[in-house]
Amino acid sequence: MLNVEKIKSDFPIFSRTIRDGKRLVYLDSGATSQKPRSVLDAERDFYEKHNAAVHRGAHQLAEEATDLYEGARDKVARFIGAESDEVVFTKNATESLNLLAYSWSNSSLTNKNLANSNLTNGNSIFALKPGDEILISEMEHHANLIPWQELAARTGATLKWFGITPEGRLNFDPSLITAKTKIVALTHQSNVLGTINPIADIAKIVKSHGALFVVDACQSIPHFAVNVKELGADFVAFSGHKALGPTGVGVLWGRRELLNEMSPFLTGGSMIETVTMERSTYASAPQRFEAGVPNMAQAVGLGAAIDYLSDIGMAKIAEHEHELTKYALTELQKIPGLAIVGPRDLENRGAVLSFTVEGIHPHDLGQVLDEYGIAVRTGYHCAWPLMRAMNVVATTRASFYIYNDTSDVDELVSGITRAQEFFKVSSSGVLR
Amino acid sequence: MNLDSLYQEVIMDHYKNPLHKKLSPEPTVQVHHVNTSCGDEVTLNLHMDGNLVSDISWEGSGCSISQASTSVMSDLLRGKDEDEALKIVADFLEMMQSKGTKSGDENILGDGVALAGVSKFPARVKCALLGWMAFKDAVTRSRSGE
Repeated sequence: MLNVEKIKSDFPIFSRTIRDGKRLVYLDSGATSQKPRSVLDAERDFYEKHNAAVHRGAHQLAEEATDLYEGARDKVARFIGAESDEVVFTKNATESLNLLAYSWSNSSLTNKNLANSNLTNGNSIFALKPGDEILISEMEHHANLIPWQELAARTGATLKWFGITPEGRLNFDPSLITAKTKIVALTHQSNVLGTINPIADIAKIVKSHGALFVVDACQSIPHFAVNVKELGADFVAFSGHKALGPTGVGVLWGRRELLNEMSPFLTGGSMIETVTMERSTYASAPQRFEAGVPNMAQAVGLGAAIDYLSDIGMAKIAEHEHELTKYALTELQKIPGLAIVGPRDLENRGAVLSFTVEGIHPHDLGQVLDEYGIAVRTGYHCAWPLMRAMNVVATTRASFYIYNDTSDVDELVSGITRAQEFFKVSSSGVLR
Repeated sequence: MNLDSLYQEVIMDHYKNPLHKKLSPEPTVQVHHVNTSCGDEVTLNLHMDGNLVSDISWEGSGCSISQASTSVMSDLLRGKDEDEALKIVADFLEMMQSKGTKSGDENILGDGVALAGVSKFPARVKCALLGWMAFKDAVTRSRSGE
């Protein structure tokens, strides 16, 4: 296990207390992670010493800012096994996924009046039409569901999806992938269930049918080593703020040959090649997808976060979270009336645990836990269809990261037991 | 913060034994409201007899606060004149938005005053308002349907 006390000393937020002096037990990293001092320093340092608009200006500050920003891109690329020009900085993973959906929407435009627009580059591999299919799954976060729902609606394509098993595993049905399938978009790890999907195996089948493969890696890249080339996907999205980085910066990785054939999403400064009053042509990736002055300090902060994670080592982080998940699964299931929503085995399972407690609504449970300084997420976790599929209205979710240890699990267990006492729930789950 | 101030005995009683939680047939208006931040749902059937709120019944799922508050509302507002009922809703709303500074008039709000403590928990105010906003919406719709 990691030296959690030492790690925590790097995170200023753990020096504060919660609800009248209680220790902060932060079990909501699935929503957003806390930030180490080195990330905060990197942002501050950028503003204090190097602030200038990147890719513009001949002055020293602009040069330094550009070096730092591009240096952050290099760090991200190395971290995920990619080339730097395949890494696009976005606002967050939601924007990364929407970038794809809107770019391909632009490619699908067929209106003759749009002939003057270079947005529609007429490249057929991205163009969707009625009869084409987009394939997702029932376990997607809304961010990897609604953009595809809307893209299907705009183009006349059909949205299809894999179901899930009662244990919360992907019910992979290869017969759903056919010649009609143009896009497959799946999560690498469920933000609710903790299920890790066999992306590399699925990628081979998707590729054999010539479809584009998009992976939402928000819950995986911050927690274990992911090499995008080995993953076999065409596009991978993740957010910086779930990986110890600042808010306001996300990443879209895409294969170079695909990115350079894609229509722009947002247009404006920095993303162009030439501009006349009549029409414009566009820069190659990644600049093509980074219109306007980007979130520079945040990208630099993400670079510092990646340094921090790399210094610990992703293999060690994965092992730490695995041990913690094992302990938490065992201890939580000792509580009468508690049911895990998601896989109960440790195979291909991340450090996200959703559960229900008989007789206590998640919102009420979260309220009691908060009273003891324990921060969890409650509700439907931006995955409403998944909740329906699992036959629950809402769950309580504890998600772990490098600054959590078994004492946090013990606090959680004792908090749940106290909630059961407070709400007078007997072991059979009946309110007394 | 004190959990007992949030989860008063009256609230827990309504939660365990909710009133009028069974939809009456043939309502004047039926509305369905969802708390988009947590997924709590309520379906409310309103029966109007002229200007009289003759019956309020409901079904729903959610936390103790949303369920208890809807129970309180359905019992308090039935048998009231429409304008009087809306005035009570306004008073309840004012108390819930007071961040703990208003305790509410028991003569007007009845068991609803037990929910005053909820107003100190910003994340829970929506829970307490779910059923009340559904009622207000139902009345508005019954009026526009006239």
